[in-house]
This record gives sequence, C-alpha cells and structure tokens, in this order.
Amino acid sequence: MARVVLGSSLRRYTGGVDELEIDAATIKQLLTKLGAQHPKLVPILEHGLAIAINGTIYQGALLEPIPPDAEVHLLPPIEGGREASFRLRWWR
Amino acid sequence: MSKRHVTAIVNGDPVEFLCTPEQTLLDVLRDELDLTGSKECCSSGDCGACSVTLDGRLVCSCLVLGAEVEGKRIETIEGVAKGDELHPLQQKFLDHAALQCGICTPGILVAAKALLERNPDPSETEVRFWLAGNLCRCTGYDKIVRAVLDAAAEMRGS
Amino acid sequence: MATNPIDVERARSKQLRWVGTRGPRPDGIDKVTGRARYGADFNLPGMLVGRVLRSPHAHARIRSIDISKATALPGVKAIVTRDDFKDMPSEFVPAGEMMVNYRDIVRNVMAREKALYEGHAVAAVAATSPSIAREALRLIKVDYEVLPHVITAAEAMRPDAPLLHEDMITMGVEPAPTKASNVAKRVEFKTGDVKAGFAKADVIVERSFTTKPVHQGYLEPHACLANVNEAGQAELWCTTQGHFVVRSHCAKLLEMELSQIRVVATEIGGGFGGKTVVYLEPVALALSRKSKRPVKMVMSRDEVFKASGPTSGAHMTIKIGARKDGTITAGEAELAYEAGAFQGSPIQPGCMCAFAPYELENAHVVGYDVVSNRPKVAAYRAPGAPISEYAVEAVIDEIAQKLGLDPIEMRLKNAAKAGTRALYGPKFGPIGLVETLEAAKKHPHYSTPLGPNQGRGVASGFWFNIGGESCATINVNEDGSVTLMIGTPDIGGSRASMALMAAETLGIDVSHVRTLIVDTDSIGYTFLTGGSRVTFATGMATVDAAKDAIRQLCARAAKLWEVPEDQVVWDNGFAKRTGENAANVAPMSLAELAAKAGKTGGPISGHAEINAQGAGPTFGTHVVDVEVDEATGRVDIKRYTVIQDAGKAVHPGYVEGQYQGGAAQGVGWALNEEYVYGADGRLQNAGFLDYRMPVTSDLPMIDTVIVEVPNPAHPYGVRGVGETPIVPPMAAIANAVSRAIGSRMFELPMSPPKVLKAVQARKANGG
Repeated sequence: MARVVLGSSLRRYTGGVDELEIDAATIKQLLTKLGAQHPKLVPILEHGLAIAINGTIYQGALLEPIPPDAEVHLLPPIEGGREASFRLRWWR
Repeated sequence: MSKRHVTAIVNGDPVEFLCTPEQTLLDVLRDELDLTGSKECCSSGDCGACSVTLDGRLVCSCLVLGAEVEGKRIETIEGVAKGDELHPLQQKFLDHAALQCGICTPGILVAAKALLERNPDPSETEVRFWLAGNLCRCTGYDKIVRAVLDAAAEMRGS
Repeated sequence: MATNPIDVERARSKQLRWVGTRGPRPDGIDKVTGRARYGADFNLPGMLVGRVLRSPHAHARIRSIDISKATALPGVKAIVTRDDFKDMPSEFVPAGEMMVNYRDIVRNVMAREKALYEGHAVAAVAATSPSIAREALRLIKVDYEVLPHVITAAEAMRPDAPLLHEDMITMGVEPAPTKASNVAKRVEFKTGDVKAGFAKADVIVERSFTTKPVHQGYLEPHACLANVNEAGQAELWCTTQGHFVVRSHCAKLLEMELSQIRVVATEIGGGFGGKTVVYLEPVALALSRKSKRPVKMVMSRDEVFKASGPTSGAHMTIKIGARKDGTITAGEAELAYEAGAFQGSPIQPGCMCAFAPYELENAHVVGYDVVSNRPKVAAYRAPGAPISEYAVEAVIDEIAQKLGLDPIEMRLKNAAKAGTRALYGPKFGPIGLVETLEAAKKHPHYSTPLGPNQGRGVASGFWFNIGGESCATINVNEDGSVTLMIGTPDIGGSRASMALMAAETLGIDVSHVRTLIVDTDSIGYTFLTGGSRVTFATGMATVDAAKDAIRQLCARAAKLWEVPEDQVVWDNGFAKRTGENAANVAPMSLAELAAKAGKTGGPISGHAEINAQGAGPTFGTHVVDVEVDEATGRVDIKRYTVIQDAGKAVHPGYVEGQYQGGAAQGVGWALNEEYVYGADGRLQNAGFLDYRMPVTSDLPMIDTVIVEVPNPAHPYGVRGVGETPIVPPMAAIANAVSRAIGSRMFELPMSPPKVLKAVQARKANGG
C-alpha cells in the first residue's frame, strides 16, 4: 500500500481528498488506479506530473517500482532550462 | 549594384575580394574570405566579438566597411597562433578554463593580444578596463582576467 | 537502469584517477583558434538568405498579408506566411517524449490572427542576397488593425485590460471564471496553517517587490541552415540546447516524420535556457522546402531582444513571521509572473522554490501565470526561482536585521536538511544547504571589515535539477582508443566531464577518450541540455555505456582464455583472471582486446539508453560586499563569494565557471538589466549599449567554494550545478545595497537612479 499525497491544488479534482492509500506496484498502476477512483484527475495525469517516491523525484518513469509503504507525492512537472508549457509524456 | 574590388593583407597573406558598398569588414571576412573565427553578435560595436586589428589598431570589424580596408593590414583570430604554436594567451585560456561556450573568445584574444603589445605589464584594473569592450556572458570574466595576467607574466619571462 | 548505491561508496572510497581533475577541455583548441563552428558559420552551395518580417505593433489584428509584389521581385525564391503552416488545435499532444501545446508554438513561430508583441514574425522570405531579402520584406504589405496593449502582469490583470486571447479562462480556479482574462493559470501550494503560524510570530514583515523582464543575454544570435530536398528529406544545422527537441517541433510544424529530418547541433554560443525552443528553424525549413534550396537564417541582435524568449517580469508580495530567536513560524507569498504572448511562465517552479531553503511548518504560496504583449518567455537558468527567492531572501534579511541576528545564523536556524519536507510535498534526501552556510560563515570574506558606504548581503538559493532521457554509445576502436557519442549539446564543458567519467569507469587514460555530440540520426532520443541535467543524466548514460562495454570486453577475454565469464573481472583497464591459476595469466588490456575484436565476434560497442531519475537538488549561499556612491547611486561590487554544493565536481574548473557565470548574470539582473518599453509597447533598448550587461570592469574576481554532499543516485555522486548560481545573487546584492544605504530596496534592477532616489528619501527623512 502506498500513501499518496496529492497536494492542495489537486484537491478540487478529488472532491476534497488530498491523501489516500493505493495498492500499486509501479507508477503506471498507481496512476491507472488513481484515475479510476477520481476521473476528474485524468486530464491532469495525462498532462504530466512528477512523482516523488520516498523523497526521490521521478519524471517519465511509468515502470518505476513503488516499494511497499512508500510515501508518494504528486507534483507539477519540474522543468529546468526549458519552457514551462512542455510536459513530459505519461499516458498512453 | 556594382561591387568594389579591394586588395589587403590578412594575417600576413595578400588577399583580394569583391564587396558591396554596404558590406562590413566582418561580412567580408566571414562571407568572402571564409574566415569565420570573427563573430557577429551585435552589429553595433558593443560586444567586441568581431574584434580584429587594422594596421595594428584594435577595431570592431562590424563598424568598418569592407571597402575601407584597401591596402591595409588586418589581423584576425586565425592569425594569432603561429603554425603549430599557440600564442601564450591561447594556451593560458585553455589552462585556466577561461572559456565556456567560446563565442567571445576570439574577440577577447585579439583584444588581449593588442593590450599586451602596448602594455606588457598591465594591472588587473588595466586588463579589466581594456577588455570592457568585450562582452562575455558565460564566465563572469574571473578566469579570463587571470589567464591574461598569467600570459603577460609568461611573456615578460617572469 | 537503476544505479547501485554501492557503486557510489566504491567511487567515494577508492582514489579517483580522472573524476575531479582539471584537464584541458577537448573543444578548447578549436575555440581559441577560431576554428569552432557555431550556428552562423555553416554554408552550403546555392544557399539563400532568409529574413523575417516582424510586427511593429505590440498588439494588432492581422487583417491581410499581400506578398504579390515581393514574390515578383527578382532574386526572391520563396515567401512563407501563416498560410504555409497548418493550424494546430489547442491541446497538449505528444511530440517526441513531451506534451506540447502546438497551438501556441505555431502562432509564436508565425503569427496567425494577431500580432501579439512587437517583433512577432508575420512573414519570411528567402532570396539570393541580403539586400534583395530586405527589399522583399519592404514590399510585403500587411494590413494591421492596431489594438491597445498591456506590458506588465499588473496591467494585464486589471479588469478592463485588453485581452490577448479572447478565450482564455483561468485554469486552477474553482469554480472556473465565466469571463475571459489574461490570467492563464492560478497555482497554489499550502502546508500547515499560516494564520496560526503568524499568531505565534514576534515579528512579521510583509513587503511587495517588482522585477523587470531580462534576457538570457547569450552573445550568439539564433542561427540555422536548412536544406530540404525534392523528396522532403531535411537537414538542419542550428545552434540549440536540444536538437532532438528541435526535430520534434519542426517535424510537427512541417508535418514530417521524425526520420525525415536530421538535425545537427552546432557549437552553441550561450543558451542559458533561451535556446531550448524554436524560432527560425521551422521557418527556414519551410522556405527551403518551398524554394528547393538551402536557406540560412540568422537573427540580428535587435531581433534576439524583441523576438526570442526573455524571462518574466514579476510582482510579488511576501509575508514572513518569525520568533525573537529567528525561527520562522509562517511564510506567505503571492506571485504574478509575465508569460509573454502565450501562457507558460515559470510560475510553478517559482512558487515551489520560494521557501525551499527553509524548514517551514506553515506556508502558503499562490501564483498567477499572466499573458501580456511581450515575447513569449523562455527559460532562463533556474526558471522562476531567482525571482521568487530574491523576494523571500530579502524579507528574511529584513527580519534578521530587525531581530539583530546574523543573517547566516538566522538561515542556519531554519535551514532545510535531509528529511525536511519541501513545500511541494516530498522530503529532501541528503542536501548541502547547511554545509554551504557553515562554509560561508568560516570564509575570510565574511569577516573582512567593511568600509564607509559599504554593505554586506547574504542569500541562499535552491534548484531541483532534473534527469531525463539520455543515450550514450562507446565505440572501442581497434587501437584501444575510445569514441564516446552523446546527444546533449555542450554548453558548459560536458565533453570534458563525460570523457573523465568514461575514462574513470573503463580504467584508461582520459587522453584516449574522445567525446562527440552527434546528430539526431546517430543516437537515440536525448532530451535537451538544461535543467542542470547533463553531467547527471548523460553522465549516468556514459557510465552505463562504459559498463556495457566492459561486460563485452570481459566476455571476449573469457572466450580467448576459454574460461567461463564469471572467472573474468575488469580492473583498472584490464581484464583479469580469477579462480585457479589466475596468478599465472597475464591480464589483457583494453587495447589488446580491441585489436582482436574483429576476429573474436565483431567490434565492441557499449551503449545505454536511459531516462535518468533521482537528480539531486542543489543549494548555494552567496556573500557579496557592495559600495554605494551616494552622489550617483552607482553600486560597485567589491567582493563576491559563491559557495555551492556540487555533489561531486567532476571537473572543478568547469564547476567554478558555472558558479562565476551564474553570479555575473545575477549581478546584471540585480543592478542594470531590464527591458525598457515605450508607451507604444515597443522595446527601447534592443541592443547591448542600452541593455547593460556586466562587463569586465564591473566585476571583481569571484571567489568560489565547492561543497560536496554526494547525490546517492549518481555513480559518482554528481548533482547538477549550472542553474543554482543565478538564484541567490539578486537577493544577496539587494540585501547588501539595503544595508549599505540604510534603506531597503524592493525593485529590480537597482539601477543608479533608483538607488539615488532611495538615498535621497532616506536623507529627507533625517537618515
């Protein structure tokens, strides 16, 4: 089970929920389950996010394993040296 | 529009070229003589990337017309090294990591060489004020100034 | 490929032979002799000159474009306008590995319905000479309906402001607004309870700040050479921080398959984030495709200022509360950043970085992405962070002064450490902020006595750094020399650091390793050079590729020795036997194995294609002494020290160069650089004379201290270093000036007229 923290800006897409437990072994599984539980999140998830697992930030790493009891944070994508309108591709 | 026929000496070699009245010396060096070492970064004489010497005088080649150099002696970055042998300034720039992207480097080397030919023992302040016409955006100038002072010391035999 | 943390231990404990040394840079000789070829240094036979017609108006509807007279001019071989680029709908679609809104990109490259800033491209021609091209532009008739414009975020956010995009509804606001505005997006980050936090504070300071737009200031203008043949296959040479990104954009805009475009990254004369996007490239390709001849396009300095991607100006309000002992109890920030003509300012990272150096229980940051009639902003070295951290660091300094606390001590009291939770959620791993603060405290600079009219400023800064896709191929040549091919353009000396890491891993002399930046056909997709990622991500790929080569070399040795593979190890450039009789068997060098490669199965080539994860953030602390001339308002930098964590400095000389260069850009941003607009929305200082960047006589020597708190995710402990150096300078200098003149400054740049005004105000108040 991973403890997923969504952050205050995502609360509006989950009806106020900003923390939940999700059983997922990889980032891809986590995003699929999250999108299924909160469909309003799906465009954000497709748009691209950075994911922090136990403090380490991952971007564009759909298959990254999530260890049991991990603390997972969803963050806006982190760019450096490039335009903020680019997003790393996650979905599909 | 008829072109002007010009003969001059570039880095010790006689050259002749045709240029339009509006072509600058920088245009001529880069587009007619294939000497692309001098760079065009502002076209208004503010950045020094196009620095060359004209009859021994340090100038911005973007402010000189191609047609103006009839019979004159031009030295560019391509003439700073002598064959295989780098000029002490060039070597010191490598030793001190005094360049990053390198676009300002040709202009700065030509300018620094002109300084040391006039003043073989400049102070740090004198180096800084002489090179104030050469912009560099990458290095913050620290290593450039150190390299010039070190080259000056070596050339003096200290 | 995940990195084994044990590798890091091994790397740290054993003596490193190459990583950490200061060898000469491989591209150095060509750069000091003028041989290196940058974007404008490439030519092809039959080449045409391309020039762009640009809007003279800050905001105008484009009713019609008449190119008939220009087309008829002898020597004009092609003209392109909005009609030559397919319109793209507003949605984020995949482009290579990214999601991009091409509706904005296609419009920025070539205006469609409106010209949204002075300098916006409206048409382009390719002709046989520069003078014919210029004449052709004069003959193009554009019918503009001039509209009212807005320049700053404050102007653009007014309820009666003219709209740039009539359908722009602010994202991130619930419920969504019914009226369109110039606010593209609202973002928010919150933790704890700021109200309760402020209630606990003994002192609260709230200040508003304004910063002006600045340009990255790279000396080399954008330049490219495009060559499209009759079959639609294209080659493109361009100066860029990311040729794969250029390929993605150009393929999309020209509706070509990626395999049909080959992009070559030339030497680049500075980028700093501003060369991560396309301007001329799709236009040059379109002109070449139309004319069936190569087309070269180079921006003038005027065009670079007006039509590339300077950064945001901003308005910010910061409120911080602290206890008497300096502990920060709450932090609040409201930030509005200019995005330029299309959405996408770095407001998000600006919000995330604002309070990053501090452990805060209660914080609330709100940010607005605001469009205005300026060029679309592009990234500039740690995009967003220098602006927000400037304001926060200035307030922290004011609080320290009010409480009579040493500014370094106050920061140490609140400093983020391993385990501190960042405002945006996750906890930090090992980080080096405290180490930089301690080093600053101990540095002789900090105890140097100050003279009259002098002031000392301190500020800390943070940047995340990123990883991303990088590929590396190591070809082991028959003579034992090694060719390393990578796909990230070299803007800071990465060819040298990659060679050092390859040599270290392979165990051979670095003089036998040559690093090449290859074109988009020659290596797998590699993300751009930016985000301080190359030494980290391309370095990781390089080490992985070296290990792949080593595996193959060991396998060959095993075959030659006729033993199982598990009886062969690689040690310092040699394959060695383990097991029975190992002592009697002479090791085989890389060169020996390479010489036999063809006969033992084929050439040996190691490669890696990764998406590097685990980039470690970098903290820095700057100390600066200034002297203010109270008669003129001129500020002189007397002493400057940069202290920053590098994780592991692969080439210390180049790390120092990044520290000094970033600091120098910060000096310019703090003291002199700004976009000056007229009432007509036109840029008044589009040249280096009046856009005043620091010159040699403006700066002293810049002292640097490299702190190393290794990043466990990288084989050698590397953290990106390129961006953090520009984050602290503006605050450090503002704090120094404020202390020197006894009056706080809230606007950048602190140019002489502004400083003079502050001095005079202080004197008028009896100070």
